[in-house]
Amino acid sequence: MRAPVSWLRELVDLPAQEGGRAIAERLIRAGLEVESVERLGEGVQGTLVIGRVEQVEELTEFKKPIRWCQVDVGPAHGGVRGIICGARNFLAGDLVAVALPGTVLPGDFRIAARQTYGRTSDGMICSERELGLGDDHDGIIVLPPGTAKPGDDAAGIVGVGDEVLDIAVTPDRGYALSMRGLARELAIAYGVEFIDLGLALPDLPAPAEDGVPAQCGSDDLQACSLFTLRTITGFDPGAPTPAWMRRRLVACGMRPVSLAVDVTNYVMLELGQPLHAFDLDKLQGPVRAARAKAGDTLQTLDHVERALDADDLVIRDDRGSIGLAGTMGGLETEIDEGTTSIALEAAWFAPDVVARMSRRHRLSSEASRRFERGVDRALAPYASARAAALLLELGGGRYLGMTAVEAPRRPHVISMTGQLPAQVAGMEISQDRTEELLAAIGCDIALADAGLLVTPPTWRPDLSDPADLVEEVIRLVGYDRLPSTLPTAAMGHGQTLGQRMRRRIGMVLAARGAHEVLTYPFVGDAELDALRVDPADARRPRVRLANPLSDEQPYLRASLLPGLLAALRRNIGRGSDAGCLFEIGSVVQGQLGPPVGRPAVDARPTAGEWAGIEALLPGQPNMLAAVMCGDREPAGWWGPARSYDWSDAVAVADAVADAAGLQVAREPDEDPSFHPGRCARLLIAGMPVGVAGELHPRVTEALGLPARTCAAEIDLDTVTALAPEVRSAPQVSTHPVAKEDVAVVVSEMVPVASVEAALREGAGPLLESVRLFDVYRGPQVPQGHRSLAFALRFRASDRTLDAAETASAREAAVALAGQRCGAVLRGL
Amino acid sequence: MSGPNTAFDPKQVASLGADEVMAMVEQACAAVDAATSLADLKQARLAHAGDRSPLALANREIGALPPAAKADAGKRIGEARQQVREAVERRQAELEAERDAQVLREEAVDVTLPVDRHPLGARHPLTTLMERICDVFIAMGYDIAEGPQVEAEWVNFDALNVPPDHPARTMQDTFYVEAPDSGVVLRTQTSPIQIRAMLERSLPIYVIAPGRVFRTDDLDATHTPVFHQVEGLAVDEHLTMADLKGTLDHFAQEMFGPGIVTRLRPSYFPFTEPSAELDVQCFVCRGSSVGDPRRPCRTCGSEGWIEWGGCGMVNPRVLRAVGIDPERYRGFAFGMGVERTLMFRNGVTDMRDMVEGDIRFTRAFGLEG
Repeated sequence: MRAPVSWLRELVDLPAQEGGRAIAERLIRAGLEVESVERLGEGVQGTLVIGRVEQVEELTEFKKPIRWCQVDVGPAHGGVRGIICGARNFLAGDLVAVALPGTVLPGDFRIAARQTYGRTSDGMICSERELGLGDDHDGIIVLPPGTAKPGDDAAGIVGVGDEVLDIAVTPDRGYALSMRGLARELAIAYGVEFIDLGLALPDLPAPAEDGVPAQCGSDDLQACSLFTLRTITGFDPGAPTPAWMRRRLVACGMRPVSLAVDVTNYVMLELGQPLHAFDLDKLQGPVRAARAKAGDTLQTLDHVERALDADDLVIRDDRGSIGLAGTMGGLETEIDEGTTSIALEAAWFAPDVVARMSRRHRLSSEASRRFERGVDRALAPYASARAAALLLELGGGRYLGMTAVEAPRRPHVISMTGQLPAQVAGMEISQDRTEELLAAIGCDIALADAGLLVTPPTWRPDLSDPADLVEEVIRLVGYDRLPSTLPTAAMGHGQTLGQRMRRRIGMVLAARGAHEVLTYPFVGDAELDALRVDPADARRPRVRLANPLSDEQPYLRASLLPGLLAALRRNIGRGSDAGCLFEIGSVVQGQLGPPVGRPAVDARPTAGEWAGIEALLPGQPNMLAAVMCGDREPAGWWGPARSYDWSDAVAVADAVADAAGLQVAREPDEDPSFHPGRCARLLIAGMPVGVAGELHPRVTEALGLPARTCAAEIDLDTVTALAPEVRSAPQVSTHPVAKEDVAVVVSEMVPVASVEAALREGAGPLLESVRLFDVYRGPQVPQGHRSLAFALRFRASDRTLDAAETASAREAAVALAGQRCGAVLRGL
Repeated sequence: MSGPNTAFDPKQVASLGADEVMAMVEQACAAVDAATSLADLKQARLAHAGDRSPLALANREIGALPPAAKADAGKRIGEARQQVREAVERRQAELEAERDAQVLREEAVDVTLPVDRHPLGARHPLTTLMERICDVFIAMGYDIAEGPQVEAEWVNFDALNVPPDHPARTMQDTFYVEAPDSGVVLRTQTSPIQIRAMLERSLPIYVIAPGRVFRTDDLDATHTPVFHQVEGLAVDEHLTMADLKGTLDHFAQEMFGPGIVTRLRPSYFPFTEPSAELDVQCFVCRGSSVGDPRRPCRTCGSEGWIEWGGCGMVNPRVLRAVGIDPERYRGFAFGMGVERTLMFRNGVTDMRDMVEGDIRFTRAFGLEG
């Protein structure tokens, strides 16, 4: 909403010295978001005076008609000056705005007396555009005779220097989409009197008795609770819109069209009531509000042919739909340059009905914006009277009267204790002050045993609960008066195990050289195909957006890998040659549950309703994934580089398990995204928790990633569920350690983990640790076998082990490895 | 057991004379001092302090002296040998120190060599900023609450007092999940976590809820369709708007420094009533740039205040929708964008840096931005 300060001043008596910025501050403090304060005619410097055109001489010897004007600019400015003018929209006797030599107009355009068209033009007669007031360049600014005298300062009169506030109006404050509403707020802010034009019926002539006003009706008194139609005939279609009205429309961001249309817009801006003028001669029978018939069409004023929905509320006459109620009129019954009979509609349409219609037709208009936010339920007859009076005054004609239908209005009464605003605010606000402020916004207040009975005014449909009244009182007292106190919070619990785990894992991975990224969760078939994700795989997303940003990526990720790999490729594309990226985030797995109704919102949903909502949502586990390629350790003075390989991906899993106080086991996996021989299924306590390894060469090729890129993805929720809340302390023996190395020859088919497990079990309780330190393949080992060298450490908790004990434990270890895995001891 | 020493040579031995002894000492010291290596010193020691050295030989002669001279000569020789021993030890220490210094000098490295053999990674600054915010509230007794990103419309809108045709629904451009009328959206705000917290937790409730939210904006320097918010909610008896203000003031000081305050401006959100926009005092200029064109402030645009988020008292309608008695309990809630906070707090100028995952950006923030 754009609001010229000069217009506001007309409606409320603001302090004369108060500038636009100061006024804006007051409005902001009251809760209206003033986005900018714009100064009209910015760039005009020097003298701009009112001149009266004394004489006009038409010069015809040039290519276009030119006028040589004698203009009286008053004795102080040199009396009558000769000025050349190309515009033709004025007559001798009119008042015009004259820029005298020395004046600078916007664009650094300096006026000087100059020779032109064979005369010396001693100044310039200005148009709106030349003064930076608007875009209108059709003619010069013309003021009616008698409204000023020659030599008067013209700046103020034509609007130069006027300031315009641009206000973003929140959905609850429909009343602020009018000068009336803004003026009321300013009157409260400045503590000055406010005279409400919206409650004053202007003088209209008595309806002519020899004509009948157009008839109206409402077939749906819920959706259209008030419909009025005023009729004027004999209107002069050529009557111009006066300059002052045009200036205000332009300042408010509207385009002047014709007197009839301009008046409806002007009154809408002034009072907040959208109005619509029909050409009465184009109407067929009575006009009424009704639901549309599905399948009907309507061509609206914007020349769009619209298919109507049965939920649309339309204005109809005998032929059918002639307008979208409260949204946009139809082209067929539009006012045109020959219109002499006008039917002026002013009505109240239900906000939800207009909102749905506006959304359905993707059509947001000045009218729909106001109806959606709630128009004053009582305003229509007042606003249409104001508009009719302006039309008659400016365009002449005969007034034939008004027809109207209205549903009974039931005032909404809110009961509230007088202390509630003070209690909610946490500061002293007396009941008297509360009553005073509520009265100022237009409420009627009655006292009852329980406190106050407050009836909000018709222009405040947003006030429905005590809390709404509380906000009004506190905002008018001033949010800046609120004290700053601290509540005593309940005892907290700190972070949950899962929250601590995610932080810890993030720290561990970053400390190991990985960089965290946060990728978008949108994925498409192309990248999933590139990842060779099986249609049946859990990583293939099932949940799809109805309105994705890109049709290429309509799904919600079921795995973090596509996004991470894209980020890795982006880094490589930007010149990075190595790196490990990780992400911790939720993915969407499974599908939506069965549809459920929406519970009412006046009570807690039942257990069944809530269970239905929970079952409606797909699973959204927290995952961790990491991707890596290039050098794990760069080459340097210390030696050659070491590349990331499958083991680094697996090490991510070890780090995660360790952060959870768990150990991860591995077995070969055949995930199609991964190298078939270099992929491990990760298991914790026998539960699969993820996958790690080197990506399949076809995947890296399809995704444009370096060969041997590795990846891991782990289900953090499962890991968290398995993690012990408290870890048990070990017994740390202070007795000496006994070290034994063994090398066993084992078939390539037997995994190291099996050999190690057998050694561990065979060695018994004296074994402290076992660690593989070498793998040997070569001539001394049979084909298809390799030698595995393990370091065993033995220790007892209560004594120093002797050589015999250690040796027998070692032998037992090797014996079980032999039995289980066919391992044969090899001399070291 | 030795008998009395009677078999002595009555003749004075020349080598035990004071001058001779002094000459031997001088010779020995000269040899020791002349040694330039530990090997040389060993030679000198053997020659001048060994078993066959002149002093050792002279020492043997003492036994042959008459008893009267024995003590005198013994003392003289003893002192001489002590002198030589000390000279050797001193030189030994010197030469060892020299040798050590030499070896260590040869082992010297260039300590300005790069040591980035195991480069550190980094956490995302949005993550660490959210953690920092949560920690402030954990210290105040709040718990961290979470909720799903794919959320029921009822939780994201209806229960938050945004009925289906309310203009507030079009304030936010929502991602809808297929099929049409599925009743499922990508949450447009972290406020649905309020609903879940109130349905799932027992009163009183003090929670801080960080999370990812979604709006159908295209990515550019100042917008991203996927971003993060942090939401705070308190529901208790007797809570006031002054408590909200005090909580936000404390929060602002923890984030931006001592003395920083907040400002509330009336506004509208369906789920709070009264509602307010939340501004934080500019922590760079503290308002000093306002109206002073010579000292413009880039952080606040010389406004003195920075728009930070929204807040208000929980609308009693929201309390009713989750079965909390609004006659007995009141709540306050607040929320702010994490990306926006990171932008003005850490001077990030382009939103895209936060979403593209470029490690050069992330690296700058280390383990905690």
